[in-house]
Amino acid sequence: MRGHERIAGKSVLNLTTQDWTAVLLSLRIATVATVFSLPFGIAIALLLARVRFWGKTLVEAIVYLPLVLPPVVTGYLLLITLGRHAPVGAFLADHFGVVFAFRWTGAVISCGVMAFPLMVRAIRLSIEAIDRRLEDAASTLGAGPWWNFLTITLPLALPGVIAGAMLAFARALGEFGATITFVSNIPGETQTISAAIYTLMQVPGGDAAALQLVIVAIIISLAALIASEWLARRATARLHGA
Amino acid sequence: MLSVDVDKQLGGFRLRAAFETQSGATALFGPSGAGKTTIINMIAGLLTPDRGRIVIDGEPLFDGAGDTNLPAWKRRIGCVFQEGRLFPHMSVRHNLDYGRWMSGLSAEAESFAHVVDLLDIGHLLDRRPGKLSGGERQRVAVGRALLMRPRLLLLDEPLAALDAARKSEILPYLERLRDEGSVPIIYVSHDPAEVRRIAGRVVRLENGKVLAAGSVELLA
Repeated sequence: MRGHERIAGKSVLNLTTQDWTAVLLSLRIATVATVFSLPFGIAIALLLARVRFWGKTLVEAIVYLPLVLPPVVTGYLLLITLGRHAPVGAFLADHFGVVFAFRWTGAVISCGVMAFPLMVRAIRLSIEAIDRRLEDAASTLGAGPWWNFLTITLPLALPGVIAGAMLAFARALGEFGATITFVSNIPGETQTISAAIYTLMQVPGGDAAALQLVIVAIIISLAALIASEWLARRATARLHGA
Repeated sequence: MLSVDVDKQLGGFRLRAAFETQSGATALFGPSGAGKTTIINMIAGLLTPDRGRIVIDGEPLFDGAGDTNLPAWKRRIGCVFQEGRLFPHMSVRHNLDYGRWMSGLSAEAESFAHVVDLLDIGHLLDRRPGKLSGGERQRVAVGRALLMRPRLLLLDEPLAALDAARKSEILPYLERLRDEGSVPIIYVSHDPAEVRRIAGRVVRLENGKVLAAGSVELLA
């Protein structure tokens, strides 16, 4: 009966401080992961779409690998390279004071890695769809490679860049396996929405509280989806002269 | 003055062409597949010849022997392509200004107004290319190429995608441009009537070779 009262009451959502911390942390991790991986995503997409080089298949395979690997495996691989006592992790900690293991920044890494293939794929497709003759026209008008990229390629690929960023954001928001393997499930530091839901479900009687977070997750994801649709449609309309 | 002497193998097609052009308008004339666009792309810097030389006003743009190959964006050669190739994400005004921005030229309200007036595109400035007719698009493309103040203007079948009525709508603008004589023109076409109206001299191409070069009487 208590549950019914709560739903009928003034507030459907009744989150604890720890729940809110997990929500805000998830948003922060997903945002930082998306923003930081975007320049790399664009660069790799451009490389894969435009340049033929030796070992390209290997680069493609590595970029797309997190898409097909079990997330736990990706998390494990991150742990044995970036962990506090792992080679790269120890080097970064000793020389730059940068530690990823069991920190929210480590969650940014795992979410970024997991979301990267989706981002690259969306951007790559939109770059491949660009009429390269427009870039030729720009170069006859005096645009060097950088200006050509900034004024022609990037604006024309913008709908794909937006779609890729939003996909990556949504993927990062929902990331679970790699993150919990790499940085564990520490409330206030690495406990994201997904991890918090998982934790609550392990507790007897925690289902109702888990449902609260599930609703929040659905709302955030829907908002991201609608925002990306709207942005992409606007960007496309701009390209076609509305 | 432009001097072209180039060699290019493209799959099974072999181009071997040498000719010179003076000021005024010169036509590259020949059936499709003759290699006209290939030559244009090599002059513009969009395609690299296997061998040869391309020299404009004494400056080599390409020299196979001396390893000179100026990239397209440093050549200052204006191009108008068959499909216009206006930038769809920019207004007509920004399309027109693009070459000046990229070439680092200062704004000259007078020359802008002059070109806009010459091509009668003043009423289109705030539109997007997607909202233009085929004829309007080609006039804007000519204006865009002119406003970068090129030392040579390449028109690659600029009317081929248009119907007869649109063609006759644009031809007078091209004649005005030629009569101004401010920039030498190379006009690519497979249509003898068009060539006679625009060009003073003709280079006849077929199967990647120059058959003849001389005055438009060649077409008779």
